[in-house]
Amino acid sequence: MEPFVTLTSKLVPLPNENVDTDQIIPAQYLKVTDKVGLGKYLFAGWRYLPDGSPNPDFVLNRPEMQGRKVLLAGNNFGSGSSREHAVWALQGWGFRAVISTRFADIFYNNALKNGLLPVVVDEETHQRLFRWVDADPNVEITIDLPNQKLCLPDGTEVTFPIDSFSKHCLLKGLDQLGYLLEHLPRVEAYETSHPPRVDTTVLLTQVPPSPAPRS
Amino acid sequence: MSQPKTLFEKIWDDHVVYEEPGAPAILYIDLHLIHEVTSPQAFQGLREKGLRVRRPGQTLATMDHSIPTVGRDFSLMDAMAVKQVQTLEANCREFGIPLFNMFDDRQGIVHVIGPELGLTQPGMTIVCGDSHTSTHGAFGALAFGIGTSEVEHVLATQTILQRKPKTFEVRFEGTLPEGVTAKDMILALIATIGVGGGVGHVFEYTGEAVRRLNMEERLTLCNMSIEGGARAGLIAPDDTTFEYLADKPFAPKGKAWEEALERWRRLPTDPGATYDKSVTIDVSRLEPVITWGINPGMAIPITGRIPDPDKEPDPRKRRAMQRALEYMNFRPGQQLLGHPIDVVFIGSCTNARITDLRQAAQIFKGRKVAPGVRVLIVPGSQQVKRQAEAEGLDRIFKEAGAEWREPGCSMCIAMNGDRLEPGQYCVSTSNRNFEGRQGPGGRTILASPLTAAAAAVTGKITDPRTLIG
Ligand code: SF4
Repeated sequence: MEPFVTLTSKLVPLPNENVDTDQIIPAQYLKVTDKVGLGKYLFAGWRYLPDGSPNPDFVLNRPEMQGRKVLLAGNNFGSGSSREHAVWALQGWGFRAVISTRFADIFYNNALKNGLLPVVVDEETHQRLFRWVDADPNVEITIDLPNQKLCLPDGTEVTFPIDSFSKHCLLKGLDQLGYLLEHLPRVEAYETSHPPRVDTTVLLTQVPPSPAPRS
Repeated sequence: MSQPKTLFEKIWDDHVVYEEPGAPAILYIDLHLIHEVTSPQAFQGLREKGLRVRRPGQTLATMDHSIPTVGRDFSLMDAMAVKQVQTLEANCREFGIPLFNMFDDRQGIVHVIGPELGLTQPGMTIVCGDSHTSTHGAFGALAFGIGTSEVEHVLATQTILQRKPKTFEVRFEGTLPEGVTAKDMILALIATIGVGGGVGHVFEYTGEAVRRLNMEERLTLCNMSIEGGARAGLIAPDDTTFEYLADKPFAPKGKAWEEALERWRRLPTDPGATYDKSVTIDVSRLEPVITWGINPGMAIPITGRIPDPDKEPDPRKRRAMQRALEYMNFRPGQQLLGHPIDVVFIGSCTNARITDLRQAAQIFKGRKVAPGVRVLIVPGSQQVKRQAEAEGLDRIFKEAGAEWREPGCSMCIAMNGDRLEPGQYCVSTSNRNFEGRQGPGGRTILASPLTAAAAAVTGKITDPRTLIG
């Protein structure tokens, strides 16, 4: 995972509220078996016209938006399906951070685990950011993770919350699985005093494999 | 006596393996359910790191999202879907995980098969790479959806890192009127608190109206907790729960059953325990509920009118409402009763169990699907399908002119070719009316199986209470 320390970028504004993960990446693109190459499906329902050509009115298709790394999203971003593909698609397009007033829980966790920083701001800052971008689409912001600060276009700063563990992982680019693996002896101890409630392996012998597909 | 605890707190405390200051808790997972869409990258991660599955016996895989429901043949699938299900099959073989593939007579939607096998039990922690894992909370299990990274974590360590959520009591009081169902209760809740209302919280559903629900209705209620923003929804186990579980294949037997009962009876929230938030809804005043917009919180009583965005003071909410009206091609103040519809979908992990199908059949019986309307009825599992056929429900559906399908997610997510055409209206018993959820440009109206069946036989949005009794 690429470490996240500070980032200065112009913003891609998407004021829609309650953007769910079905909009971030529609289900027809979930048949993939790897994580790469999903950037082209990001917001596919809005980004492409029914004939598959880019919708010139959609923000991501505007030439000046290319290369920007921060999505300024509307309230309550990432609700709905747990698909981590949503995070992979945002990162595939080039985003490294998303700003909103609130993130759905599963999306927030998924983002942190992949090094995409969800920045939670208060309502007022959120609205000011949209006004700034409306007035000048090229304003820049800086995200300073060590100090948990968002530096706004007028030079003022606001802080944003993040738990110290996730922050540490992001700064160092650490995979959280490493942490869990370190603690496996504790898991073993837990399992000794808590025997499994079920054993599904009894099903193994009863399950015939699929017939070979006809090609 | 020790501090009174809620049901959630008891399960949480019982599963914390370790908690370091400043870090999220390491939470032990009793049961991990897997399907084809959100698992391939997790298995790939294990292979890259040289890791094994720690507890294959606490894991079960099924195929549901991308498989065809018109029949069971690879020729009915596109190449990517075939690759996805074959990848799951290969991964399960390599890592020793039991799998119900699409030819298996126990296959079904992941959240339907857990309960019917008795794998879902009170007091457990259950996860799946799927947000509707909240369904299993109906048994008093802490069950929630996780992302693919977390699927990998659970495969490798049988644990995940979790920050402790807050608690939210949802109390349903009163008696449900005839024709009003658990689906209407949950839609009414989401309309009340909004789709973000439960973010950061776990719901516990309480009150006499919840106690009176059967297990399948409780599953419907918990299923849509996530649509209210809560990752999990719980119902305290009681005699209804125990009766349902008693004869299920994976339920403890003999002495183990007695011991389990003793444990389970200690789970309900202690008197005096408090919740971080609460809301009370009187169900005796509920009507059947339908959605008019593009998220499950945009819902109205079936005889009601679509709200007017001009009366909404918050400019962003106003914009969201305007956008929804535009997408759905509805007008402010419009009544939806009598609005023509094109498709009816009865299925999904919300409403594809035997009780749901029986309710729908009650309306279809002796009636015909309205001309020009397409009706898909997709049972939640092979077991539900067999039961429905044993009761003759399939004949009622087919004689009415509905399509009777093989089990799967089908038009709930439209990954497998079962989908709406742009602009079509669909009354659906599924759980999400997001833009394009049932096919690009498709317009979804969420409803109970009764309301969906009423729309099917009349060709328009119809109050099911006018067709029953
Ligand atoms: S039926 Fe729908 S909501 Fe349920 S698991 Fe399948 S796709 Fe998800």
